Amino acid sequence: MELVCPAGNLPSLKAAVENGADAVYMGLRDDTNARHFPGLNFDEKRARQGIEYARAHGAHVFMAINTFPQPAGWKRWQRAVDSAAHLGVDALILADIGVMDYAARRWPELPLHLSVQASCTNYESLRFYHELFGIRRAVVPRVLSLAQVQHIVEHSQVAIEVFGFGSLCVMVEGRCLLSSYAAGKSPNTYGACSPAEAVTWEETPAGLESRLGGLLTDRYGPGEDAGYPTICKGRYRVGESTYYAIEEPTSLNTLDLLPELIASGVAAVKIEGRQRSPAYVGQVARIWRQAIDACRARPQGFRVREDWSRELAKVSEGAQTTLGAYHRPWQ
Amino acid sequence: MKQDALSVHNPRLALGPVPYYWSRDDLKAFYARAAGWPVEIVYLGETVCSKRRSFSTGDWLETAQALQDSGKEVVLSTLALIEAESELKSLRRLCANGRFSVEANDLGAVRLLIDAGVPFVTGPTLNIYNLGTLRVLARSGLRRWVLPVELSRATLAEMQAARPEGVQTEVLAYGRLPLALSARCFTARSRNLPKDDCQYCCLDYPEGRLVATQEDAPFVVLNGIQTLSATTCNLLPHLDELRALRVDVLRIIPQANQTERVLGAFAACLAGTTDPESAAEPLAGLAPQGFADGYWRGEAGIASV
Repeated sequence: MELVCPAGNLPSLKAAVENGADAVYMGLRDDTNARHFPGLNFDEKRARQGIEYARAHGAHVFMAINTFPQPAGWKRWQRAVDSAAHLGVDALILADIGVMDYAARRWPELPLHLSVQASCTNYESLRFYHELFGIRRAVVPRVLSLAQVQHIVEHSQVAIEVFGFGSLCVMVEGRCLLSSYAAGKSPNTYGACSPAEAVTWEETPAGLESRLGGLLTDRYGPGEDAGYPTICKGRYRVGESTYYAIEEPTSLNTLDLLPELIASGVAAVKIEGRQRSPAYVGQVARIWRQAIDACRARPQGFRVREDWSRELAKVSEGAQTTLGAYHRPWQ
Repeated sequence: MKQDALSVHNPRLALGPVPYYWSRDDLKAFYARAAGWPVEIVYLGETVCSKRRSFSTGDWLETAQALQDSGKEVVLSTLALIEAESELKSLRRLCANGRFSVEANDLGAVRLLIDAGVPFVTGPTLNIYNLGTLRVLARSGLRRWVLPVELSRATLAEMQAARPEGVQTEVLAYGRLPLALSARCFTARSRNLPKDDCQYCCLDYPEGRLVATQEDAPFVVLNGIQTLSATTCNLLPHLDELRALRVDVLRIIPQANQTERVLGAFAACLAGTTDPESAAEPLAGLAPQGFADGYWRGEAGIASV
């Protein structure tokens, strides 16, 4: 099983590779990728350096071009595909059908991976992309249970990559418009959910208030930790109750499921977090490298080490982790 | 439809699939009435949750036949989130029905419809954001697509200017907007019920369950695994633009009450017996959390003029 780690910049890329990533994924410095954050990502010069470094250390590099261009921006996505091809990345991670069509025609030798943003949750949908564009691998959304992932692996000719660790989208990726509903920009159109420029913080008599596009997402009392106001992770009112109506601020951690993931033939596990620090990337890569190696060596006797859990919990959003939908008993 | 250059382009009206979980009796009564409503196209089927079984596939087909007999063009809508093999099984049956065309709300459905060699419609949850995507699907048998709800009139104008021949465009013109899908059932969660024992609590909320901010501003509506906008999108004031953009079909989303009045207002404006301004007033009371048209104008979806 391949370990795929996030590279938001050159130091993160190096930290991932040094700590045992088999592959890293990166984006260009614009809205063509789903982590379009200020100060993040690669220009061509840095990308070239990163690719050289990864190559020299035996790691692959994937380029994420995984947002959905509209006619006005189409040329930018085309250029992104062309630059990635010229840079010599090992694969493109794409979400949009039009971009995939362009890449498959213009660069037929360049391997294509299906981004999680393409919302592919069943093997018939996977077959659509495989037959039309010859995709080699697909990253499946974090809403699937382990049994459902296994079912897709069994029925698909395409290698499957799953999310192992990091921030958790409770919605099907690529099909969530909550951010643009409140603030006009979404992961699909802009490459960012709940973009920082739409966030405001204000101390009020009722507490510290966070807003997105003017909409009150949460209100924190004295001593309460205030997290990033991602639109789905706020506290709202339903009936008489005020609570995390959509999702608590927790992180995904599937280390416990590693033996099952490997046994079911999942090809790669992905670490989320191109927006996180090089220290985070290095730490998470190192632990997952150790875990995958330990599990491969002795699948039967695999136990999650306490120090792994402790270290991962420290870098988790909300300092809590969950198995997400993977452990869902229903269906 | 052939029209001379001077005549006004008039879109047809469509009734979208019912997004909510209604009882069998309510669904039956709704579609019995719909047969007489001023709408040309009716979309039928469960698009949100496979646990909702007020109607079996057989019931849907029977309703489809009845509506077709009363002169409607019927399209069967598929589930938007397809994960389980049982869901694929129902999907295959729907795609191979042989009588009615199908609205694909997931690319899995598109794949099966390509296999079956039948032309298809795509719903708002299929991400058609550019002409490249539209052309690929047109080559595969697409005959009508619904504009994804977060896209603006400016984007639509560019799409319309170069859309492939034979492809019609539909716009969600009235109703709550489908904003997100999840594996989690938010309605069950709001009742402290686990999803696998949800007790079909969505039946208690025929227009979903309102989520408001801590200062009581309406935000979204929980509808099982789906999240809808709390506000009602209303593009009736933009009818002239929709006409000028040569939109072929306007979609009205069913609501628990007064859907007929909404359709009536659109139909009257299209027929020219009233204008959007006069029609707006009686509609105002039908949207409990107010209207929005932000996406259409290229702003936040929640925004309104």
